[in-house]
Amino acid sequence: MNILVCISHVPDTTSKINFTDDNTKFDTNGVQFVINPNDEFGLTRAMWFKEKQGANVTVVNVGGPETEPTLRKALAIGADEAIRVNTEAKDGYQVAKELANVVKDGGYDLVIAGRESIDYNGGMVPGMLAGLTDANFVTNCISLEVDGTNATAIREIDGGKETVSTSLPLVIGGQKGLVEESDLRIPNMRGIMMARKKPLNVVEPSNAETETSSVKFEKPVPKGAVTLVDADNLDELVNLLHNEAKVI
Amino acid sequence: MSVLVYTESEQGKFKKTSFEVASYAKAVADQMGTTVTAVTFNANDTSELGKYGVDKVLNINNNDLEKFNANSYASVIEQAAKKEDSKVIILSSSADSKYLAPLVAVKLDAGYASNVVEAPSNTSPFTVKRTAFTNKAFNMTSIDTDVKVIGVSKNAFGLKESSGNASSEDFSPSLPEAGVTVQSVDKATDKVTIADAEIVVSAGRGLKGPENWGMIEELADVLGAATACSKPVSDLGWRPHGEHVGQTGKPVASNLYIAIGISGAIQHLAGINASKVKVVINTDPEAPFFKAADYGVVGDAFEVVPALIEKLKAFKAQNA
Ligand SMILES: Cc1cc2nc3c(=O)[nH]c(=O)nc-3n(C[C@H](O)[C@H](O)[C@H](O)COP(=O)(O)OP(=O)(O)OC[C@H]3O[C@@H](n4cnc5c(N)ncnc54)[C@H](O)[C@@H]3O)c2cc1C
Repeated sequence: MNILVCISHVPDTTSKINFTDDNTKFDTNGVQFVINPNDEFGLTRAMWFKEKQGANVTVVNVGGPETEPTLRKALAIGADEAIRVNTEAKDGYQVAKELANVVKDGGYDLVIAGRESIDYNGGMVPGMLAGLTDANFVTNCISLEVDGTNATAIREIDGGKETVSTSLPLVIGGQKGLVEESDLRIPNMRGIMMARKKPLNVVEPSNAETETSSVKFEKPVPKGAVTLVDADNLDELVNLLHNEAKVI
Repeated sequence: MSVLVYTESEQGKFKKTSFEVASYAKAVADQMGTTVTAVTFNANDTSELGKYGVDKVLNINNNDLEKFNANSYASVIEQAAKKEDSKVIILSSSADSKYLAPLVAVKLDAGYASNVVEAPSNTSPFTVKRTAFTNKAFNMTSIDTDVKVIGVSKNAFGLKESSGNASSEDFSPSLPEAGVTVQSVDKATDKVTIADAEIVVSAGRGLKGPENWGMIEELADVLGAATACSKPVSDLGWRPHGEHVGQTGKPVASNLYIAIGISGAIQHLAGINASKVKVVINTDPEAPFFKAADYGVVGDAFEVVPALIEKLKAFKAQNA
């Protein structure tokens, strides 16, 4: 099986979010970038397929040279090769278009993306990629098995889960649950050494157009101080929730 | 030309989010000087939609669409949008709607903005405010295509009643190959879901073990709330994964979020920032959650929660 794992390069989950240039650009100063957590679950599942069923695993990112350490980390975790589409990621549609070209050129059977990336939270790249490549699509995927060209997946729905069957070619939007948290891998020294020798191919973009543009960022208005209620006076809490906050 | 809205229903009844997206669609239609058309799938009574500003309903009754299927539903919405010459298509931010929206966008060559929290600030260029960085910021986004797809965040816009009657028309779209077949659905139907809940009661590692969740469920029960948890709690297997909220879990946008024995790590707060009122119960007065909360009780959950349950029961009895 030929698997492509889409890797989004995102600020680490503890990052403080700030903006520059009159609030039009994300301030990367002091920010550590990581593999998008939803993608890390997908990458780990791809490793499982590779080890249990045999698969070639390619990781891909649409982005500038600054994303290469993130791709190298994916190689150190065990991916066989990496592709970087050399252009700044500007919106979900443009990224999906560039990825669709990679999918078409590489003849992948299975594309694993994350349900959403934790920076722009668009939740659109996997679905758009499926639409653009005419592949089947399952998102919020918490389990995936492949048998020949048939696939069985479980996806989370509001208030439960749903088991679906489908066939390859398939694009999934993965998330936590796809593998156990304890199965996530930290690159070891051997992996890091091997990753240096693995191919990281830089391909030029098709210059797909964007459909949306970011105009400006805003930070939420700072919150007022907390109103503390004494543990012995919970009537007061009920009163506040009823009369002041009007939520009960 | 009309604004098209996708309405979700379950066993023939509309979900609350359907009225919210209809309300949003009405606001957009007013700004653009046009009308609202809703697409419904096997809904029993579509007249309610008029109250939330829908002018016309495209009624679909088709057994093959009984179960949600992203590809088929997206194709139906595409056909409805073309029939109505809709330039703006509005969906909610439920799991199903988020599944559909990018497929609809590709079919209509439309720009898509998800997690939108306000009516457009401008319709030319078409500019909306959406959350980004998992609620740590907002992004003003312009959608630059002729056709636009908008996913509205839950509880962000609210319900806006307007006087009106929706006319209804039967619609029989053609269906594509489904591609994905639902084998089984496993859903706790008697429980309030995190996605739909007005109130969420959530507990963390401070609860010490799964055996202590009885009081959390009881508190949720008294409030008609959904239960949730922090990430370590679901990682430890104390609670199901579906209850984990936060940056890597489910987002919560309820009216009231009660956090019990949760420290308030940045990844947890990111997922619940969109909730309107937050209450924290924690033994540690220095817990970061107190900085994010509206109301706080410094105290031991094992004493505070049972006492709170009693107070709420008394309150309910009085206000029944
Ligand atoms: C990549 C990544 C992603 C993550 N994503 C998420 C996410 O989506 N959601 C999430 O929740 N976390 C996430 N985390 C984990 C997060 O950093 C915290 O570890 C987690 O939120 C802590 O959970 P907790 O508050 O339940 O536990 P703890 O940190 O152990 O805190 C327990 C709290 O309970 C209080 N307490 C103890 N006993 C009592 C008592 N008897 N009564 C009242 N209070 C008591 C303590 O004072 C403490 O504040 C993520 C971490 C990483 C690295």
